[in-house]
Amino acid sequence: MFTFGSLLIVALLALVFGAILGFAAIRFKVEGDPLVEQIDAILPQTQCGQCGYPGCKPYAEAIANGDDINKCPPGGEATIKELADLMGVEAKPLDAAHGVEDIKKVAFIREDECIGCTKCIQACPVDAIIGAAKQMHTIITDECTGCDLCVDPCPVDCIDMIPVEVDASHWEWNFSKVPVGDIPIKQVS
Amino acid sequence: MFADYDQIMERLSVNQLWDFPGGVHPEQKKSLSNQHNIEAMPLASAYYVPVKQHIGVHGELLVEVGDHVLKGQALTNNEQSMAVPVHAPSSGTVTNIAEHVSAHPSGIPELTVTIEPDGQDQWISLKPVPDFTKVASVDLINMICEAGISGLGGAGFPTHIKTTSVQPTEFLIINGIECEPYISSDDRLMREHAWQIRQGIDILVHILQPKQVLVAVEDNKPEALETMAIACQQKDNYQVVSVPTKYPAGGEKQLIQVLTSREVPANGLPSDVACIMYNVGTCYAIADAIVEGKPLIKRVVTITGEAVQTPKNVWARLGTPVEELLESAGYLANKQKEARVVMGGPMMGFAITSTKTPVVKITNCLLVPSDEELPHIDDERACIRCSACADACPVSLLPQQMFWYSKAKELDKAQEYHLFDCIECGACAYVCPSEIPLVHYYRQAKADIRNQQEEKAKSEKAKIRFEARKARLQREKEEREEKHRLAAEARKSSMTKDGGAAKDKIAAALARAKAKKEALAKQAVADTTTPSEKTTNETSARSTNQATVSTEQTSKQTKQDKDSDKKAKVAAAIAKAKAKKTKQAAGVVDETSAPSSKKKKNSPITKIPEDTNESEVPAAESEKAKAAELKKKRVAAALAKAKAKKAREAKAAKQKQTEAAEANNNQGEENN
Repeated sequence: MFTFGSLLIVALLALVFGAILGFAAIRFKVEGDPLVEQIDAILPQTQCGQCGYPGCKPYAEAIANGDDINKCPPGGEATIKELADLMGVEAKPLDAAHGVEDIKKVAFIREDECIGCTKCIQACPVDAIIGAAKQMHTIITDECTGCDLCVDPCPVDCIDMIPVEVDASHWEWNFSKVPVGDIPIKQVS
Repeated sequence: MFADYDQIMERLSVNQLWDFPGGVHPEQKKSLSNQHNIEAMPLASAYYVPVKQHIGVHGELLVEVGDHVLKGQALTNNEQSMAVPVHAPSSGTVTNIAEHVSAHPSGIPELTVTIEPDGQDQWISLKPVPDFTKVASVDLINMICEAGISGLGGAGFPTHIKTTSVQPTEFLIINGIECEPYISSDDRLMREHAWQIRQGIDILVHILQPKQVLVAVEDNKPEALETMAIACQQKDNYQVVSVPTKYPAGGEKQLIQVLTSREVPANGLPSDVACIMYNVGTCYAIADAIVEGKPLIKRVVTITGEAVQTPKNVWARLGTPVEELLESAGYLANKQKEARVVMGGPMMGFAITSTKTPVVKITNCLLVPSDEELPHIDDERACIRCSACADACPVSLLPQQMFWYSKAKELDKAQEYHLFDCIECGACAYVCPSEIPLVHYYRQAKADIRNQQEEKAKSEKAKIRFEARKARLQREKEEREEKHRLAAEARKSSMTKDGGAAKDKIAAALARAKAKKEALAKQAVADTTTPSEKTTNETSARSTNQATVSTEQTSKQTKQDKDSDKKAKVAAAIAKAKAKKTKQAAGVVDETSAPSSKKKKNSPITKIPEDTNESEVPAAESEKAKAAELKKKRVAAALAKAKAKKAREAKAAKQKQTEAAEANNNQGEENN
C-alpha cells in the first residue's frame, strides 16, 4: 500500500513537472538567431564577389555551411577575427588567392570620356551609378562600396578607383603622419 | 530627481556652492598675459577664412575668386540647419578658394577662402536693432545665426541651435570661468567689455526667459568679478557667482554641477536639467550682432608663453594667420629648439602644424612655451596602477581601465567603461606619474569607434541597396517571363479560337484587292496604246485564261521559230502556271481558303494593283501612279525587244548559253 502510494505520488509529480516543462518549452520558445544573419552582419557588404560568391549574403551562407572564413579582402584581418570569434574557429591569415587587403576606395567616372553604354550600371551591385543609355553616367560616392566591379565592364576605361581621403572629422589622431608633435598634456608645475 | 530651484537659490544666496569630483590645480600663469588691455591688430596681408569653423556642416559658398567683398559680408550661406556662415574680416578681394592648412590637430587642409584686404576696411551696410525687446525671439535667433555665431568657449556649437531650446530654462549660466592655465582672453573681455556682455545676456534672457541668470567667474579673476557685478547690479535675477579655482570647473557639465548640484546625464544635454550655458565671449558677440548689427569677424586671442617677448591679448580677426600674431607679440625663436605653437591652453590645446594656420572662432589662445616650460614628453612609462588618474577625473571614470582597453584596441570594453563620457580635459594625464598621454589614447579610441560605427552604418545601407537591387532584378525577370507567357497564350488562343474568322478576313481582303486590280487593269488597257509584253499580260489577266495562254504563246512563237523545242516546253510551262494563277486569282472570291504558297507567287500581276491601288486616293497620286505604270510598260517593251534581239543573236552564236540567258530573262521578268 505504502509502495503504491509513493509510486503514485512520484508519477503524479513527474506528470505535473512534465506538463510545466512542456508548456514552458512552447510558451518561451527562443527563436534561434540564424547564423547566416550574424555572419552577414560581420561581412563588410561591399558585394565585390572577391570571395568567389555573388555577394556577401551568399558567402555568409557558405561560411555557415563550413567554408573558410579568410576569403574576404575588403574586410581584412578585423573581419576574419570577428568571424573566428563567432564561428569558434582559429583565425587564419587572409587567403591571398582572393586578393589583398587594400585601402578604402570609391569609383569615379571621368565624365568627359563616358559614352553612356550603361554597362557599369548593370555591374554595380548596390545601384550606386546614375545614368541612362547615351547619357553620361556618374557615381553616387556615398553609396559606392569600392567593389571594383564597374571598372572591367567599361569599354572606354573611364572609371578610376580613387582612395578615400581622410578629413579632419575622420582623422584617427595618428601623429606619426603629422610632422609636428603631440598634444601638450603635460605641464611642469 | 535633482535639486529643485528654490533649494539651489537658497544656497546660492549665501554663496554656498557644490563641488565636482576630482579636478587638478595646475599653475595658473595667467598674469603673463592679463596685465594689459586688449590690443587691436593691424590689417594682415591676407586672411584665410575656413568655411567651417564650428560643429556641423559648412554653408554653400557665396563668393568666387576675384570678387570684391566688404567687411562683414557673408562668404557662405546658412540654408542648412547645422550650417553657420562665415564673413569677410575686412574689405578686399577674394584671391583664392582652395584647401588650406586647418586649425585642427591633424592640420588636414580644409576649404578656405583667402581674402587680400584693400586697406579700406569698409563695412557692409549694418542693420542694428535699436530695441531688441520689440523683436520676436525667432527673428533674434535668425539674426544670431546670420551673424555666424557659434560657441566661442571651445567646442564651437552653433549658438542659434542651442538657443532654439524647447525645454523651459531655469538657469541661464554665463561661463566666465576660463579654468585652463595661461588663457586670459575672457578675463580681459569681462574687465573691459562687461557692459556689452550684459547686453548679450539681456538678449538671451529675452529669448530664453530663464528664471535666474548666473554669471560664473573663477575667484582667481577678482577684477572681472567686480566689473561683472557692477554691470549686472541693476537686474534682480542676475547673480554673479565666484567659483573656487579648480580645473576643469569651466567644463559645461562640471560648472552646472558646481552651481546647481545637478548632473547632466550621459548622452544628455544641459537642457535635460533645465540649464543652458553660454561663454562670455559668445554673449559679447551676440550683443555685437543684435545691437550693432555686426557679424562675428573678430575675437580676443591670448598670445602667451615664455617664448614670446610681450604676452598679451589682441582682437584678432578670424582668418588671421598665426604667424602675424606671433610677430606682433615678438616670437623668441631661441627659447625653442624646434618651433612649437599650441592653439588653446596647455591642457586641451594642440600643437599646430603650420604658422599659416588661421585664427578661427574657437581659437582662444596661442601658447608659445619655452622648452623648459612645457617639455616634450616622449618616453611614456608603464602604468603602475597608482589610480591617481581616477582621483583626478572630474567625471568619476576609471582612466587606467579605459587606457588599458584603448591601447589594446578592445573598443567594446573601453565603451563599457564609458569612454564617451570622457570630456578629454587632460586632468588624468596631468597627474600621471608615468607620463602617459592618456587623453591621446582616448581620442584615438573614440575616433576608431566613430569610424567603425560609420562603416557599420554604411555597410548596412549597402546591404539594403544590394538586396533591393536583387529583388528588383528578380521582379523584372518575372515580369518579363509573365509578359512572354501572356503573349504566347494570346497567340495560341487567336490561332485556335477565331483563326477561321481571321483567315476569312484575309481572304476577303485579298478578293477585294483582286477585284480592284482587275478593274484597274481594264482601265489601263483602255488608256495605253503601247504594244508590249506587259500589256498583253494585262489583257490576259482581264480576259480568260485561254486568251492568256494564246497571247503568251504568240509572243513566244516569234522566238520559238529559232529556238529549240526544249525552250518552248519551258515557256509553255511558265505560261501555264501563269494562266492557272490568274484563274485562281479571279475565282478567289468564292474560295474561303486559298493556299498561301499561291498567294505569294502571283507577283507579276499583283505588282500592278499594288501601285494602282492608290488611284482611289487623290488625283495627283493616281497620276503619279499612272506615270510609274507607263514607265514600267516602256521598260517591259524594251525588255521584250532586247529579248527578241538576243534570240536572234543566239541563233548565230552558242545555243546553250542563250537558252540559259533566256531562262534567266524570263525569270527576271517574272520577278519584275
